[in-house]
Amino acid sequence: MLKKSILALLFTFSISSMLTAKMIVNMDDEPAHMEDNKLCFDCHSKAVYQYENEFSGKIERKAMNPNFIFKPEEFYSGVHRHFSCTDCHSPDYETFPHDAELRLEEMYSCLDCHGGDETYARFHFETIEEEFQKSVHATKHDESFNCWMCHDPHSFKIMTHGNYKISEIVEYDNNTCFSCHDYKTVKFQRISDSIKPPLEEIHDFLPNFELHFSAVRCLECHTDTKDTMWVAHNILPKEKAVKNCVECHSTNTMLTAKLYKYQNIEARKDRGTFNAVLLNEAYVIGANRNIYLNIVSIALFLLSLLGVAVHVFFRIKKK
Amino acid sequence: MTEKLYLYPIWLRIWHAINALMFLVLLVTGVSLQYSNIDFPLIRFDYAVTYHNIAGIILSINYLIFVLGNLTTGNARFYKLKIKGLFQSLMKQANYYMFGTFKGEETPFPVNADRKFNPLQKVAYVVTMYVFIPIMIITGLALLFPETIVENVFNLSGIYLTALLHGIVSIMLLLFLVIHLYFSTMGKTPISNFKSIVNGYHEAHD
Repeated sequence: MLKKSILALLFTFSISSMLTAKMIVNMDDEPAHMEDNKLCFDCHSKAVYQYENEFSGKIERKAMNPNFIFKPEEFYSGVHRHFSCTDCHSPDYETFPHDAELRLEEMYSCLDCHGGDETYARFHFETIEEEFQKSVHATKHDESFNCWMCHDPHSFKIMTHGNYKISEIVEYDNNTCFSCHDYKTVKFQRISDSIKPPLEEIHDFLPNFELHFSAVRCLECHTDTKDTMWVAHNILPKEKAVKNCVECHSTNTMLTAKLYKYQNIEARKDRGTFNAVLLNEAYVIGANRNIYLNIVSIALFLLSLLGVAVHVFFRIKKK
Repeated sequence: MTEKLYLYPIWLRIWHAINALMFLVLLVTGVSLQYSNIDFPLIRFDYAVTYHNIAGIILSINYLIFVLGNLTTGNARFYKLKIKGLFQSLMKQANYYMFGTFKGEETPFPVNADRKFNPLQKVAYVVTMYVFIPIMIITGLALLFPETIVENVFNLSGIYLTALLHGIVSIMLLLFLVIHLYFSTMGKTPISNFKSIVNGYHEAHD
């Protein structure tokens, strides 16, 4: 425990010196510890690794445990890209073969590093934790269900704070859910005995299932609509998921308060339903209403009725 | 004495009936979808989507019957437009509708076995059946399979543009419907044209 606290302190110190409050992660510069990390990635990025057996003098080739394979390109495009592996993992990993006990090393949770720090205040980690504790992920599972289940720090990206397109945010976030909720994944079976039917079957009430899954996140329907968080973490029980189409398919679409807020907040202008994101990147039946088209249509329709009324009037009068 | 002319063959009347019914379903469900409101739903959204899709597909197949029927039965001749003198004919017919009819004037282009439509009708029907309806079918099918639509056109969502075109043309068709229904009351009696499209016989003005 003491070791963990010291490591956490060290790493907080080293990271805070690296970052400024304005730019949380510098995504432009070369990652700070590429050379050191290469030693780890030499084995831990491959399905098969090799080493020289000191006793036999032979080169051995072994299959890597899939849970310990990490892609450098994903790591270096994630938020922890400037970290050295041993910032979080024990320096004892620098020797090989690794000590078997190291496998029991405790993993940091997000709050271990990010909690109570002004640098990360805008991410509201404490609120995320509170919301998560209310969610089915916390209430239906024991404490082994932690941040890691969804957010792997080896590859985590803050999609909603960058210049990502809506479709990229959707794909990334939904893949996070699919990594467990796709009935084929082993990950789901690690925490549940239930066999779920395929997602397509569960969501067969959705017209064009694939389009919905590529256009919106699971979170839009499966989190509290009143959630004022940047990214909702209170995943609701399935009975409380949104099933009323009009919640999204109307001018008051809840998507404006959810998925589309990330870009709307910067682009929002008083343009009524002629909304920047809805216009540029998405089409939601019932939510995209071109105000000018509405006015013109109603005017033309009324004019045609007026024309008919005038004609009828003269027909009756001249009869 | 009323002269009766068999102008609307059975296939055309069946086509027209299906077309009219599907048109109305599409119109009501389309308005319900476009102006969906959580507090005042006209038709439940998912039902409206399903009915709209089904009606759209039926209307599209029916449209093929219309085109095929026109090609094979000679009905197409009623739609042929002569560009020469068209403007004058249109003005003549418009003038009749605006003034002549109230003065008891004779219709300038009476219906006969070779002329089912007056010039205004012809233009309206040609534009509706050979421009608007195909646009609606193409954009409608594209929206049914949105993966076929170009994702981005000059920074605008391709689906949005397709839907916008679908919406604009649907307004044109709504106007067509209002005018079509109203002009149908201008037969020999206000209901004689409605009878004609059921029994096939046109009743000429006295």
